[in-house]
Amino acid sequence: MVDLTIDGKAVNVPAGTTILEAAQNIGIDIPNLCYDKDLTVFGGCRMCVVEVEGARNLQTACSTPVNPGMVVWTESERVVKARRMILELLLANHPSECIICEKTGDCRLQDYCYRYGVKESPYTGERREVEIDRGNHLIERDPNKCILCGKCVQVCHDIQVTGTIDFVDRGFYTRVTTPYDLPLNTDICRFCGQCVGVCPTGALINKQFKGTRPWEVSKVRTTCPFCGVGCNFDLNVKEERVIGVTATPEAPVNGRSLCVKGRFHKDLLYSPERITTPLIKRDGEFVEASWEEALEEVASRFKVIIDRDGSDAIAALSSARCTNEENFLMQKFMRTAVGTNNVDHCART
Amino acid sequence: MAGLATSFGSGAMTNSIGEIEFNEVLFIIGSNATEAHPIIGNKMKRAATVRGAKLIVVDPRETELAEHSTIWMRLTPGTDIALINGLIHIIITEGWADHAYIEERCEGYDDLWAVVKDYPPERASKISGVPVEQMYAAAELYAKTEKAGIFYTLGITEHTTGTANVMSLANLAMVTGHMGVESAGVNPLRGQNNVQGACDMGALPNVFSGYQAVANPDSLKKFEEAWGRKLSTAKGLTIPDMLEGAASGKVKAMYIMGEDPVLTDPDANHVRKALANLEFLVAQDLFLSESALYADVFLPAACYAEKDGTFTNTERRVQRVRRAVPPPGGARADWEILCDLSGRMGYEMHYDSPAEIMEEIRRLTPSYGGITYERIEKVGLQWPCPTLDHPGTRYLHKGTFPRGKGLLQGIEYKPAEELPDEEYPILLTTGRKLIHYNVMTRYSDSLLTLDPYERAEINPVDAEKIGVGDDDQIRVTSRRGSVVTRIRVTDKVSPGVIFMTFHYKESPANELTHAAFDPIAKTGEYKVCAVKIEKHTGEPLPAAN
Ligand code: SF4
Ligand code: SF4
Ligand code: SF4
Repeated sequence: MVDLTIDGKAVNVPAGTTILEAAQNIGIDIPNLCYDKDLTVFGGCRMCVVEVEGARNLQTACSTPVNPGMVVWTESERVVKARRMILELLLANHPSECIICEKTGDCRLQDYCYRYGVKESPYTGERREVEIDRGNHLIERDPNKCILCGKCVQVCHDIQVTGTIDFVDRGFYTRVTTPYDLPLNTDICRFCGQCVGVCPTGALINKQFKGTRPWEVSKVRTTCPFCGVGCNFDLNVKEERVIGVTATPEAPVNGRSLCVKGRFHKDLLYSPERITTPLIKRDGEFVEASWEEALEEVASRFKVIIDRDGSDAIAALSSARCTNEENFLMQKFMRTAVGTNNVDHCART
Repeated sequence: MAGLATSFGSGAMTNSIGEIEFNEVLFIIGSNATEAHPIIGNKMKRAATVRGAKLIVVDPRETELAEHSTIWMRLTPGTDIALINGLIHIIITEGWADHAYIEERCEGYDDLWAVVKDYPPERASKISGVPVEQMYAAAELYAKTEKAGIFYTLGITEHTTGTANVMSLANLAMVTGHMGVESAGVNPLRGQNNVQGACDMGALPNVFSGYQAVANPDSLKKFEEAWGRKLSTAKGLTIPDMLEGAASGKVKAMYIMGEDPVLTDPDANHVRKALANLEFLVAQDLFLSESALYADVFLPAACYAEKDGTFTNTERRVQRVRRAVPPPGGARADWEILCDLSGRMGYEMHYDSPAEIMEEIRRLTPSYGGITYERIEKVGLQWPCPTLDHPGTRYLHKGTFPRGKGLLQGIEYKPAEELPDEEYPILLTTGRKLIHYNVMTRYSDSLLTLDPYERAEINPVDAEKIGVGDDDQIRVTSRRGSVVTRIRVTDKVSPGVIFMTFHYKESPANELTHAAFDPIAKTGEYKVCAVKIEKHTGEPLPAAN
């Protein structure tokens, strides 16, 4: 264990801990743009610089391990000046359209500019003008808003293990892009949206959230209905409507990972093909009925058959898509109310 | 899961998803995990690329996992048992078996050897098409690595010999001592989100919840007392038997909740005839599915986001499902509909909430005995979880098996029921695609437009023979039916093989497959059947469906 002081507070952490993690332990938030606890340390954005007494230069807190007796200042004048300059440099090459940006309210760049009172850039000069990728209806890529933190690249390579996107070119021309700058498509991308999940700015957007501000939604934690992996995620609800899905680091199986189905399925709920009234077939046509009529019809027809042919003349398919509670009740219903063991479910795999 | 239940006494994924990345060897057979179980697929790829694990992939197609593999055994579809017997033969004769483990934990070794001795590598290779050297390399790598797990999905269970396939994988894991330890085991990856739960809850003809046999007098008595009714001990019908009974007139009525057998069960025409022949059919679902069209009464159900409950995932983890929004219009949760209907049939079922149902499940089901909504509020628990202070179980069969000793069995290879011949020269094999999940995702426009239609995969050699190219349309015909589909020409499949999914109702692959059933598990033979292909000349399919 190592003892050190951060902003005048004593901390005791295991050797090998970084300054950033040590600070987090005692509730000190060191700003960062390219750091992510699930990814390899990149140390490229330099937002997390701190002053270490006795060191000549400012140190990046995400990559500097603690030393015994270290004295660290995370918001000293020098530090704040450095951070402001970094932000000003980023803004110099960033569209000034926060007012209409989808990411407003959930953008790290915006948050830190607010925190350090940076409202414009003194640096003027050439700006990027790259075409926005609107080629699919799930993910929008606006490279003009990219701050080159590299998180999307890492997530796509190391967590999703697909490698759709990467850095190309150098210096001012450095970009994150796809092979041959192709728009995202199913041949090169799995549409898992994990890159969107880690992007600190509005460069990568989940289109389903367009028109919704982050503070308008409430989140309901649930389990994915599509495959046996059982990922957890949050349904984002606005005015009694599911807007879309976000991942949560608290998910025990999947962490912040999701696949295309879990992340982008929400319009399934609002398919115009959903049936919302009971139907009874009369003369070969379905006609709308009340629950009372429909359930009475089922109960009486079942009873006639039980009386005439016995309980075993009725059989039920339960569902691998329904909940445990519903499956339990279905077999209970068949075994008690109907009186047969004829219950099974599809896909006996 | 009949196979694992016979071998170990319990049929579920033995290890946990979180352990996957820490396997040193992953033996992946007939599992296209990156498509069917994407997050597990990612962990497997990550094990290989980031952690340096070695993947042994057994698959007739060059799947994404095959691309990441150290050894890819491209077997002829349907020959798994011959291959596995060959591997066990090598392991035993080379002295790589774990005899101490076999001695202590297993029985039936002599039975196993009596069969396996007739599968020297040369013979196994001839049947499966996998080169002998590759078999040696795979056998050595798997047997000699401590943390080596087996993973399989539909690929291996959806065969007439599915149950036997699973038991032979259990053999392989037991002779090498890869059971009851972390990052190893035999791991079936369950297809649908709650197949595990539906089985656990006793939605099966022969067992109550927690696999308590209806035929066991103690269980019967327990449930009769809890439910206050005399219960039937007559053997219940499995799906194929139900459909058979419906077709023959023995089964008069069916109640289908949240399933679409016309689209998902093999031999769609047979299923349609069976449903049409019923006197009375009730369908309860979100949509008027292909099967629901035959219903006399349709009951509109709430979807997962509109109700409370739990799902049990493939690693036995019981997790919460929460109501986020109200159901549309008059739709109601399945559990509410069941309670209402039961009352009208003269058997009162009253629950204020699914939490109350879980309380009853907990009391009647030993493996769920410690599971309450409070305990799984944040993180789900993995069964067995017998008591309220039990932390749940990450991996099974440590020290002992539920049946005592693990059962080694000699399993003979039997060729698939239908193999290509002169008239139907191509082998059809089916599977899943990432974007879609069975039939549900077709109702999501976002997902459907990403991947709007079936693109059957055929080898360039076969494509050239009938003069077609990428995105052309072909007619695929079997003894049972005929469908039109677009194609993708790729050498991911071998010559003589065509690969289709069963996600699209416009090109329904299960019109072609046949209803030969695994005699034990009653799983349909989706995987292999014989077809012929020709260029489609009639009315083209619509541009996108
Ligand atoms: S959506 Fe997934 S696969 Fe596509 S670029 Fe983003 S991380 Fe990579
Ligand atoms: S797109 Fe977003 S995540 Fe990717 S490098 Fe740019 S800012 Fe970072
Ligand atoms: S998000 Fe994808 S991998 Fe996870 S449970 Fe849903 S369908 Fe399966």
